[in-house]
Amino acid sequence: MSLPELDPSSATLADNKKAEVFLSSAGAKSLSLKEMKTIAKRLRRHIITMTGKAGSGHPGGSLSAVEIITALYFKLLRHKPSDPQWAERDRFILSKGHAAPLLYAALAECGYFPVDELSTLRQLDSRLQGHTDRTLTPGVEMSAGALGQGLSFAIGIALAGRLNSQKYRVYVLMGDGECDEGQVWEGAMAAAHFKLDNLVAIVDNNGLQIDGWNRDVMNLDPFSEKWRAFGWRVIEVDGHDLSQLIDAFKQAKQVKGQPTVIIAHTIKGKGVSFMENKADFHGKAPNAAEVEIALKELE
Amino acid sequence: MPQEISLRETYGKTLVELGKENPDIVVLDADLSRSTMTQFFASEFPHRFFDCGIAEQNMVGIAAGLAASGKIPFASTFAVFAPGRCFDQIRMSIAQPRLNVKLVSTHGGISVGEDGTSHQSVEDLALICSLPGFTVIVPADAIETVQALRVAAASYGPFYIRICRPKMPLVYSEDYRFNLGKAVAMRQGKDVTVIAIGIIVAAALEAAVNLEQKGIDCRVLNMPTLKPIDEAAIIKAAAETGAIVTAEEHLEHGGLGSVVARVLARHHPVPIEFIAIKDTYAKSGKPAELLQRYGLTAKDIEQAVQAVVKKKG
Repeated sequence: MSLPELDPSSATLADNKKAEVFLSSAGAKSLSLKEMKTIAKRLRRHIITMTGKAGSGHPGGSLSAVEIITALYFKLLRHKPSDPQWAERDRFILSKGHAAPLLYAALAECGYFPVDELSTLRQLDSRLQGHTDRTLTPGVEMSAGALGQGLSFAIGIALAGRLNSQKYRVYVLMGDGECDEGQVWEGAMAAAHFKLDNLVAIVDNNGLQIDGWNRDVMNLDPFSEKWRAFGWRVIEVDGHDLSQLIDAFKQAKQVKGQPTVIIAHTIKGKGVSFMENKADFHGKAPNAAEVEIALKELE
Repeated sequence: MPQEISLRETYGKTLVELGKENPDIVVLDADLSRSTMTQFFASEFPHRFFDCGIAEQNMVGIAAGLAASGKIPFASTFAVFAPGRCFDQIRMSIAQPRLNVKLVSTHGGISVGEDGTSHQSVEDLALICSLPGFTVIVPADAIETVQALRVAAASYGPFYIRICRPKMPLVYSEDYRFNLGKAVAMRQGKDVTVIAIGIIVAAALEAAVNLEQKGIDCRVLNMPTLKPIDEAAIIKAAAETGAIVTAEEHLEHGGLGSVVARVLARHHPVPIEFIAIKDTYAKSGKPAELLQRYGLTAKDIEQAVQAVVKKKG
């Protein structure tokens, strides 16, 4: 009996030229804050266009994490879009898999696959599934969407890196609502227990989950104290301020003997006036008229 | 009496051998390393052993992450907890991406004994077989356990191996060679076939000997690979013997009996009887007492065989 061996790297890259621009330490660091802000706006426009065309999807929690993803993919991560399986790449795990539109937009802009492909989101046979699928999409590390699983997965990758004496760092992005899941705290305990200083968790702390405000649905407070009590180094930032985010990621690199969590205070739906702080747009796509207004706001 | 050997101890010792042969093999446990016997590996390779504490969901996720990074993780706990406690984690972190994780769950079935319902895994095979891409193995003795573990280590993809708590008599000789996905003819016969897995294989062989005295020539097939199932062997047995009895230490719903019935219904319908736990939970008791109470002994198999033979046309 032969079992199929999956190799996501076999996906063809149509846009390698763009890829190398953002390659790790070299090109990426030359991007100015202004250029990064331009990229952030472009990612927001992609999110609106993609979910609008698909007629479903999760714009709210995608928009809130735009600066986090921009700082990572266009500044901090060492990665090669032309070689998604590059062994030394920093790993980014999207645990809040419903923010797939954002990750796809960033991957496309980096050159992992053509930007044109973004318009296939959620369509039958698209490589861009409603929630991330590591078997289909170049650059996607984890099949996610069932909340609470990304931190554990990231711990496994971090442990493997340590066993192999590899220098890569592991980043995992979670939602704050996602932290209702018990598995997150199992992982939080384990990452500290294993002293994983090559692991950074980021919480997109937009305050909202599907049924409303976190504090009303399931209170997480005192949130940063919880992480500290679990043995993590905690850094709190304005999650829409690229400089603060970049500084926080740099600080995290200096931390030894414990994992770091960056609690990024964000606004759900950020950048689109009628989506901001609205739980409704967690899992609802904008209609045609709303797409038009949103894109105007994001010019 | 044939020699009785612990499958768990065999598992623990085999892991150490595999660990010596392949540095990519790592082992995870959820605070049960003294029971699953992963403790042998932990002593030999402390840096490649991760005790995740009593947190099976996290253990499964960590195992998936290790596999995604090229390691070959063996993750162990009791069968009632994996897949039971972490089914969605197994589904999304291992099965869907077809990661190279080997779940080896001990204490399968009701032969766990005195610990009772909470520790008796009677649904695990139904759960794990429902997941696309999983290979599922239930060894019948220590010799088969070693070989199944070796095949799992050498084959890419998610595996579930279920082993039992008590020591089991050997049903194989040392020259046995396990073939993944293939049934094993344990005994020839022309009147009826008993298809068994796990600890019930020994009972099926005992039943076949007793049935011979009653004039029934009973074939016995061991089906160590529950998924993918050896359809050809089932169809051949049905065609040649005309009646089937399945026997397993699991609920009737969703285990070996269900799988065999599906194959027969589609390809070669013949009378069939099921030796399995009916729609209920078991209780505390000695393993032998429980197997008797819930109808999983050689005597039960004999009765089922006699009943099914009467239904033959």
